[in-house]
Amino acid sequence: MPQSLLRVRGLRTEFRSPRGSWFPVVNGVDLRLEAGETLAVVGESGCGKSMLAYSIMRLVPRPLGRPAGGEVLLGGRDLLQLSEREMRAVRGRDVSMIFQEPMTSLNPLMPVGEQVSESIREHESCTSGEAARRALELLDLVGIPEPAKRFGQYPHHLSGGMRQRVMIAIALACRPKVLIADEPTTALDVTIQAQVLALLDRLKREMGMGIILITHDLGVVAEWAQRVMVMYAGRKVEEASAEEFFGGPAHPYSRALLASVPSPELVLADGDHELTEIAGTVPPLDRLPQGCAFAGRCPRVQDRCGEEQPVLRPFGSEGRMVACLRADSPRAGEIGR
Amino acid sequence: MWQARLSYLLRRFAHGLPIVLAIVVVNFFLVRLAPGDAATVLAGEAGAATAQYMEQIRAQFGLDQPLYVQFLSYMKNILVFDMGYSFRHGRTVASLIFERLWATLLLMGTAMAISTGIGVLLGALAARYDRKPLGFAIVLFAIVSYATPLFWVGLMLIIVFALNLGWFPTSGIATIGADTGGLGHVLDVAHHLVLPALTLSFFYMALYTRLMRASMLETLRMDFVTTARAKGVAEGRVVRRHVLRNAILPVLTMAGVQVSGMLGGSVIVESVFGWPGLGLLAFESLAARDLNLLLGIFFLSSLLVVATNALIDLAYTLVDPRIELAGRSKRND
Amino acid sequence: MTDGSARVWWRFLRNPGAMLGALILAGVVALAAAAPLLYPEGPFEMVGRPYAPPLSEFLLGTDMLGRDIAAGIAHGARISLLVGCVATLVIVLLGTLIGSLAGYFGGRVDSVLMRVTEFFQTVPSFIGAIVLVAILQPSLASVIGAIAIVSWAPLARLVRGEVISVRNREYVQSCVALGMGDARIILVQILPNVISTVVVAASLMVATAILFESGLSFLGLGDPNIMTWGFMIGAGRAAMRTAWWMVTIPGIAILLTVLAINLVGDGLNEALNPRLKQL
Repeated sequence: MPQSLLRVRGLRTEFRSPRGSWFPVVNGVDLRLEAGETLAVVGESGCGKSMLAYSIMRLVPRPLGRPAGGEVLLGGRDLLQLSEREMRAVRGRDVSMIFQEPMTSLNPLMPVGEQVSESIREHESCTSGEAARRALELLDLVGIPEPAKRFGQYPHHLSGGMRQRVMIAIALACRPKVLIADEPTTALDVTIQAQVLALLDRLKREMGMGIILITHDLGVVAEWAQRVMVMYAGRKVEEASAEEFFGGPAHPYSRALLASVPSPELVLADGDHELTEIAGTVPPLDRLPQGCAFAGRCPRVQDRCGEEQPVLRPFGSEGRMVACLRADSPRAGEIGR
Repeated sequence: MWQARLSYLLRRFAHGLPIVLAIVVVNFFLVRLAPGDAATVLAGEAGAATAQYMEQIRAQFGLDQPLYVQFLSYMKNILVFDMGYSFRHGRTVASLIFERLWATLLLMGTAMAISTGIGVLLGALAARYDRKPLGFAIVLFAIVSYATPLFWVGLMLIIVFALNLGWFPTSGIATIGADTGGLGHVLDVAHHLVLPALTLSFFYMALYTRLMRASMLETLRMDFVTTARAKGVAEGRVVRRHVLRNAILPVLTMAGVQVSGMLGGSVIVESVFGWPGLGLLAFESLAARDLNLLLGIFFLSSLLVVATNALIDLAYTLVDPRIELAGRSKRND
Repeated sequence: MTDGSARVWWRFLRNPGAMLGALILAGVVALAAAAPLLYPEGPFEMVGRPYAPPLSEFLLGTDMLGRDIAAGIAHGARISLLVGCVATLVIVLLGTLIGSLAGYFGGRVDSVLMRVTEFFQTVPSFIGAIVLVAILQPSLASVIGAIAIVSWAPLARLVRGEVISVRNREYVQSCVALGMGDARIILVQILPNVISTVVVAASLMVATAILFESGLSFLGLGDPNIMTWGFMIGAGRAAMRTAWWMVTIPGIAILLTVLAINLVGDGLNEALNPRLKQL
């Protein structure tokens, strides 16, 4: 197997509870990303998707959270072992990130062009004129009309979609190998969503980078991702190619996620058309029950689910993984019906 | 662009106009609230209170006219800054006030620069070293300063730095009789200015320190700061380029709000240090029961607040591009 | 106040600053209460030689007329607390009334009331207070009245904002739909939600009022028959060169009292609005 672009092994990040003890929000997550690939990370809010992203970027807010082990291998280096100075050189140059809220992710007091060129000047020694010229090109590249005019404008002059394009320009300024997009379209109108995602997809292919697309929108996943990774309560519970995932998710949580999608072309392959909400909520991460964290909400829970922590194991085809005691055949969805 | 700014400034002044008008009205009635009418006050001031003299004064000042006539003539006078006559000083109120105005402006301007400058610096440091000894020390200093009465700060500074150490003069704006001329005079005034300006800054410095610290801590948690970090910008530059400028905005707003408070403080500071500005004039007029003069000062200081607020709003538009010069949309946080 | 009051109290009690403030404040209150017992002869009585330094025959020394400074401090505490509390009470009544009327009724009522509020916020408040006291003649009542008149505006603005946000909540809207009277909605549905904000603002306002009063009496605008801390400092200025304690000690009294109240106010703020803890 060739060396992956990005490889994460056993990544663990902890937060401090109000009572002072540390609990994991990212719990032993493995991940690999190939060049030119979009890996979707899905799950409900609070399942640790965003913290996974922040952990890779080493931007976990302190002193609330802290890294607690694992490896993030990029180009033969473990990012978690770098000094803060070395890590700064990686951020924005090798790994970039865009965020959910374009309205608040840009500095309101700085012209957008300058925010793009800042990224270039931070990593490459070039004149401010050169950086500005390249920033202008980038604004053009991400499809901002009249980039020369927009260059000197402030974020509040731009719509949400335009701001997100500026964010993409910032992130891609130094042609990173990996782009982490944390819910990049959640705050945007549906029509704008498609445009932004299409833009990301085009630039991914042009630049040959890998994208980690964090989202809770399975429609987005179906359209743009090659592989899917499902997270629950800080753990990876399933990984599959997009095709297999939508063909028949193995983990009951994945099934529940998929069942809650309203769009008609995305209903389960086995003909379950009923739109369901997932009953209950993600358990508080600082008070996880023993055993499987999903047990309390799982329609097919058994006694041993409450005792035994399910480990991630190969499931079916090459590269497919699931962490469920009861997923014992590719058509696990039929059990208990 | 400057035309837009000018028209913005004019509009801000226009917005303050009704307030100025209201102050004139309030002033007019305040004089009539005082025990005895203006004639008895004036007669008392002049030291002659025969009934005939009183009538003469009433006629002279139109006090025998109906109220609305008096009001109209009062309004007319105010428009040309005719605020009456101070018998105690034997001069018009307007000439007295304008003579003293610049000293107050100098004192307030200096105090404002010191308090915002040091307040922003200390607040930023306190946020940077939050939960560390330095941050704690700054917060402690701010909390104590915030509770200290201005006049007492002034007196303590006088006791320590003027009376005991002899570094600074105890009072006045310039050395009496010293004919240093030119630069020497400027230095002399600056020397006299140090203690009063520090005193007046003290409370506001504490206020801005607390505000700046809170604002910094809040801004540090904002998304665009994470964006800057994700770009790989070094922490020092993140703070300087992205956090500071955003965090200063609330301090600037507060500085505008506090102009009126600072004017009040200058009355106290000027009377502690014998600084010959409007505040000392107000203090003197209190002792002399010179109501006309006091109300004149009240009127002018209100005008000053309206004017400074407009200027600060304009300054705000320079810092915050979200404030459109055309509309009146304020930051909505 | 969604939290149980027990938790609010717990948060307050666990805050070291607030507890220190409460302790100092309790001391000041005790001193004020005990003043007539400790110094029954009153603060104006000449009890010893003039200019006696502190820790001589008098704990805190005497002034230029041989009056006991400790007696002045004790009796002054009564005035400071009285002025602070009564002025704040008036401010709270005025500010809450005007703020809730403006916020609840909106429209014309709001714009008129807010214009008035803006006026009071623009006028330099301390100079305004000076003018008022000078015109009304210095007395305890005129000092309290003047402080209240020039200080209610910020509270009114605060209450208005809170009332507007509460007014738009569903349960209030449903009361409107049910035809409940305006007065009843304001008193029963809205004000209880605004109380925690008002309590915090008011507690800090007591401190401001005390500073205001001390400033006025320092300038000689206090009631001439009452001993106050500000007056003591003003009187001590003349002898600053020889008798530093005459200005220093009353100043420390003001500082400690105001500091204590501010600490308690901040503590209340953190206890009642835990989300704002960083502020």
